[in-house]
Amino acid sequence: MVYQPDRSQYPQQRADGSLDIDLESGKYLKLWQGPQHPGITGNMSLELTVCGDEVVEAKTHVGYLHRGFEKLMERRTFIQCFPIVCRICVPEPDFNEYCYAAAVEELAGIQPPERSDWIRTLILEMGRINSYLMFLGGQAGSLGLGVVAQWSTYVRDLMLDRFEELTGARIYHMFILPGGVRGDLPEGFQQRMEETLKEIERTLGDIEDVMFCNAVFKKRTVGLGYIDPALFNPYGVTGPNARAGGVAKDVRRDQPYLIYSQLAFEPIVGQDSDVFARADVRRRDLLLSIDLIRQILAGMPKKGPVMAKIPNVLHWKIPPGETYIRGECSRGEYGYYLVTDGSGYPRRVNVRGPSYTHAVALLERLIVHVNISDVAGLMVSLHTYPPEIER
Amino acid sequence: MMRELYKKTKQLFPLGDLTEQRHDLVFVSIPHPFLSSLLRHLRDKEGFSHLVLLTAVDWLERGEFQLTYLLCNRSKAWDMGVRVVLPREGATMESIHTLWPTAATYQRELKEMFGIDFPGSPGVNDDFILEGWDDIPPYRRDFDTLKFAEARFTQRPGRESLDPAQHMAKHHSDGS
Amino acid sequence: MKKELEKRTIKGPDGFEFEVDPLTDYYCDLPPTVQTPAYTRIIESFFNWARSESLWILGFGTGCGAIEMRPLMTPRFDAYRYGVQWRPTPRQANLFVISGYLSVKTLKRVIRSYEQMQSPKYVMGLGSCTINGGMYWDSYNTIKRLDDFLPVDLYVAGCMPRPEALLAGFQELKKIIRAGEGEGANEYAKRFEWYKKNQKRTIHDWDMPDYNW
Repeated sequence: MVYQPDRSQYPQQRADGSLDIDLESGKYLKLWQGPQHPGITGNMSLELTVCGDEVVEAKTHVGYLHRGFEKLMERRTFIQCFPIVCRICVPEPDFNEYCYAAAVEELAGIQPPERSDWIRTLILEMGRINSYLMFLGGQAGSLGLGVVAQWSTYVRDLMLDRFEELTGARIYHMFILPGGVRGDLPEGFQQRMEETLKEIERTLGDIEDVMFCNAVFKKRTVGLGYIDPALFNPYGVTGPNARAGGVAKDVRRDQPYLIYSQLAFEPIVGQDSDVFARADVRRRDLLLSIDLIRQILAGMPKKGPVMAKIPNVLHWKIPPGETYIRGECSRGEYGYYLVTDGSGYPRRVNVRGPSYTHAVALLERLIVHVNISDVAGLMVSLHTYPPEIER
Repeated sequence: MMRELYKKTKQLFPLGDLTEQRHDLVFVSIPHPFLSSLLRHLRDKEGFSHLVLLTAVDWLERGEFQLTYLLCNRSKAWDMGVRVVLPREGATMESIHTLWPTAATYQRELKEMFGIDFPGSPGVNDDFILEGWDDIPPYRRDFDTLKFAEARFTQRPGRESLDPAQHMAKHHSDGS
Repeated sequence: MKKELEKRTIKGPDGFEFEVDPLTDYYCDLPPTVQTPAYTRIIESFFNWARSESLWILGFGTGCGAIEMRPLMTPRFDAYRYGVQWRPTPRQANLFVISGYLSVKTLKRVIRSYEQMQSPKYVMGLGSCTINGGMYWDSYNTIKRLDDFLPVDLYVAGCMPRPEALLAGFQELKKIIRAGEGEGANEYAKRFEWYKKNQKRTIHDWDMPDYNW
């Protein structure tokens, strides 16, 4: 039987388009989902007004993770900014390092050596795999499939091991610094990487069986959270969220950075623009990243420097200028806007996290008329990370 | 190329000088009354349909705020940053949430973090990131975060912070 | 003060009018009390053993350290074999892992969550930012010392601490509890005024009751 809510109970619109919700009438209930809630991505919260089981109004609250990076960087030298930028986004920190390093290099006129570009691309793709594996676990977990989170976290740990032998750290790698990268690949890395990739592929096959071929998962996600492709530009939707709606936007192909122009790939595009399509696009994108890592490891120049000569970092001054560097992270377009004024400190750094547009304006719009039990699944499907919203 | 686009647009709008940062990224400036018509023109006629970011730079010594509207033309892979300069005192700017609904979020943040007002933007006066903030907006240059942190929070004794340049100079003169 | 916390008259759906003062009606305003061990020593140490073997963590990821929680829940590190598990609500949890820096906005929610947990309860500070501010020593929005606001039983240093460090921290906490030294909840009750003074000094828009449990 199809659920048919009693529409007579629903709020009327006022003349200015806002909803006439009288909480005291007892018809509506205000419900906070988060910040202390298992069905929320990280430390943020949703203020939901529900009528029965259906959300009639939603408001996103962020700022629980605000540390004021953009202010802190104004009082740190260029090299002192390098270890703190990765803290802006926890599950995929390397994009911060890359965008910051590339922006500083462009304004300071430093050309990083070619081999470091290959290693950077490798790191970014490895980080993308981590982030997508987190996502798959979260998406399945939010709809009650806890086992996928167990599997995907297990293979993510294997990828973290590769990170550890390459950079020395599990989460915050602090590896891509202005001028190049901090070190070279360890011996036998390619072979161990290949084993890890095989394990991930095998697990992905299992995940496809239990998640994407699962009748319950399909029934709950197909058609849920549909984003009209006409909304992509007004709401600044980028990355897999846009690609799942049939728009082949991928910075890696449109404005190739690092060595992406030398790799063979096509952006992954979906059709339906709903939660299922977004999850499927990310799964296929993960397979693409695995392929890209194989291409990178095979095509990488075997020898060469990984670090350009940079000035004495204690007295490093960069001439006035401003630039914007972007990259395609696992959630969409990640970018750094850097302004320098000729001193030894950045004048202004602005971080453009893709969740900034996805989690506030877009989510508030999508969540209306969604059943309360689907809110977590819908929210995870946008792949939002709160720290990049508030920095 | 982008220079032709600049020449073409300059006949319609009083654009300032062109700064070519890369072959695919330029910055232009424009007086603030013309901003929204320029953005509308770029969005509808020139294909700059993606608002990448909207942010502000505080030029304290000049007494100015610079707003940067970064637009992207996806099909041609061009980026254009439109700069607008506002007086620092009582900074107010026209809202562009009718062009891009997502701009309301950026404007809400700018209002909170820089104190730049955007009348008419939805929810612009609501708390966004901070809660119960009672000082000057924190991203302004005259806000001293270290002084504020020392006054507001208790520190654990024993922490030592060194200025790297001075420390290295001292270390160097001692050691050699 | 938020609008929904103000005293007001409400007309219910059934037509009755009644007055509501959320700060006194919705919360109990009794301060916390010190719970003395009322048993003989052998029973108390048996209780402490039982407490130490069932550390139930509140699933509130307050900072970046929360990302290492998922590996701990999964087969690679598997904290469940030590009796450590995660609970979604404060009522079922007795260990609060503060996973990193606390912004002022989160601190407010952390205090509420902590006070809602059942005694005996323990707090573990994760990462150098809970110890002395760490990377964010000059940030205007993060607290620099956690033990000003909550009684901390144990700190795990690092930025961020590895899962192995957390496992070692759990073992260390067990030793503390078994020795009868995990007295955080009683400490909080004893020095309640002092903790509240610190909390209110940092949180300027205090719009909740003094103790909400």
